[in-house]
Amino acid sequence: MPMSPDAPDASDRTLKTLGAPSLAELRAAGVVPSREELAAHPCVCVECIEEIPCNPCETSCPQGALTVGQPITNLPVLDRQKCTACGLCIPACPGLAVVIKSLEGDRAKIRFPWEYLPVPAKGDRVEMVDRLGNPVCGGTVVSVINPARNNRTAVVTAEFPAEYVDDVISMRRL
Amino acid sequence: MERDTRPAVVVGAGPAGLCAAIELKRAGAPVLLMDENAKPGGQLFKQIHKFFGSQEHRAGVRGIEIGKDLLRESLDLGIDVRLDTEVVGLDPNLKVWAVEGRRRSYTLDASRVILATGATENAVPFPGWTLPGVMTAGCAQTLINVHRVLPGKRILMVGSGNVGVIVAYQLIQAGAEVAAVIEAAPALGGYGVHTAKVRRAGVPMLVRTTIVRAEGNEGVERAVISEVDGKFKPLAGTERTLDVDTICLAVGLTPSIELASLAGCRTFFVPELGGHMPLHDEFMRSSVPAVYVVGDIAGVEEASTAMEEGRLAGIHAAFSMGYLDSGEMERRTADTRRRLRALRQGVFGAKRFTAKERILAEKEKECP
Ligand code: SF4
Ligand code: SF4
Repeated sequence: MPMSPDAPDASDRTLKTLGAPSLAELRAAGVVPSREELAAHPCVCVECIEEIPCNPCETSCPQGALTVGQPITNLPVLDRQKCTACGLCIPACPGLAVVIKSLEGDRAKIRFPWEYLPVPAKGDRVEMVDRLGNPVCGGTVVSVINPARNNRTAVVTAEFPAEYVDDVISMRRL
Repeated sequence: MERDTRPAVVVGAGPAGLCAAIELKRAGAPVLLMDENAKPGGQLFKQIHKFFGSQEHRAGVRGIEIGKDLLRESLDLGIDVRLDTEVVGLDPNLKVWAVEGRRRSYTLDASRVILATGATENAVPFPGWTLPGVMTAGCAQTLINVHRVLPGKRILMVGSGNVGVIVAYQLIQAGAEVAAVIEAAPALGGYGVHTAKVRRAGVPMLVRTTIVRAEGNEGVERAVISEVDGKFKPLAGTERTLDVDTICLAVGLTPSIELASLAGCRTFFVPELGGHMPLHDEFMRSSVPAVYVVGDIAGVEEASTAMEEGRLAGIHAAFSMGYLDSGEMERRTADTRRRLRALRQGVFGAKRFTAKERILAEKEKECP
């Protein structure tokens, strides 16, 4: 089978060696939105690229925008047309693999799941991190929600400089 | 068919045993559920993370809540749960020898026995492994999630399977720092989504790496790790020292088959499911037809599969005791089997599915 042009070579695949997927690996899986898409509307990023028996993302989505189907080891497939960026899938995913990103001018926004104490508060200055846990840039917490239906997984929204939008995945613990 | 009024005895009140007892009781069969611990639930009450699976497997629900629900259901059904009760003997005629509260010993005759005795954590020996501060990952998880005690401040996790990475995550949640997760194999073992959440918390994950020794006076003060070659031999000159006060071992589990062996169940070696385990058929019956094996004793998997196996055995045992007709048994087990099949797919599940198929085939061959 010919390799697809954007398939990462072995050294780019870091999920099973460093513990987190590389951007190349995620791009090959088709789960990284382009800058144009990010500027046009908030984009759900489902960084779940390994077949595991799991589908709460599918059942949590009121729009039917996420499909795992049968067997439940299928990778989740997102239909951006149907997605309203409501964010319900973020706390539903037991793998903490779902975030929502967007771009507004020179600022980027991310909504991500958070299960550590202390929980940040609106206005906190925080350090945004990449998938390997490296600090990438400063950020500001815009909102924190944790309604009962989240079952103790808070959802934090933070904003940071647009240029880091591809790399940022979460924030450093306080 | 005449109903057998002697009780079915379920040994072990973890997820598999609870589900087996619930199905037996639902069918109207007499059942006794015994567990050596002071509380039922097995490992479920340590599982503070949201489970995988599908909605019908209770995915997205935290293990601790699944445990509470199962307990409530067993209490509502009025199941006779005997805690602090260790089953120390079982003979092929199904005489069960139990010791209650380490004081009172009694025997009883069971009509069926369902062994849900779980598994024991493995350890790897290395110089310094007897120092205080070296413990299994399950022990650390019990300390933080049941007793609310942090075993240490800086932790090295040895082993990157789901147990290692989940416990690493929970240790961070409990306030510890995880210095590294090391893995002797060339690839990390756990689900990528689990390793990714630990990695983004800043925890280095090192493959082809092993623990060489633990150092310290009164307890662990340092861990020396090193890279390994293709045969898992440490490579000279690659040693590194990590300042840690705790070393957690997450190097696999071995089915706890003592009672099955006493009952005369034939065993089979399946390395990918934890080692020696009793043979079983599609209804979880061992080579001794009145003895069933469910959950980790029948091959180390997950709580979700353990619960389905427990249900399968409970339904079938109730049928074989005369409390369900064959149509009802088939109907109830069909759902369970479909759900089990769904859990054993994908890159991780397929290996377990093939291993389970081997156990069934061997059972068929050895004791048809
Ligand atoms: S954000 Fe809302 S609509 Fe979009 S995929 Fe998630 S749950 Fe569905
Ligand atoms: S819920 Fe999360 S981990 Fe499970 S399939 Fe969906 S994205 Fe993957």
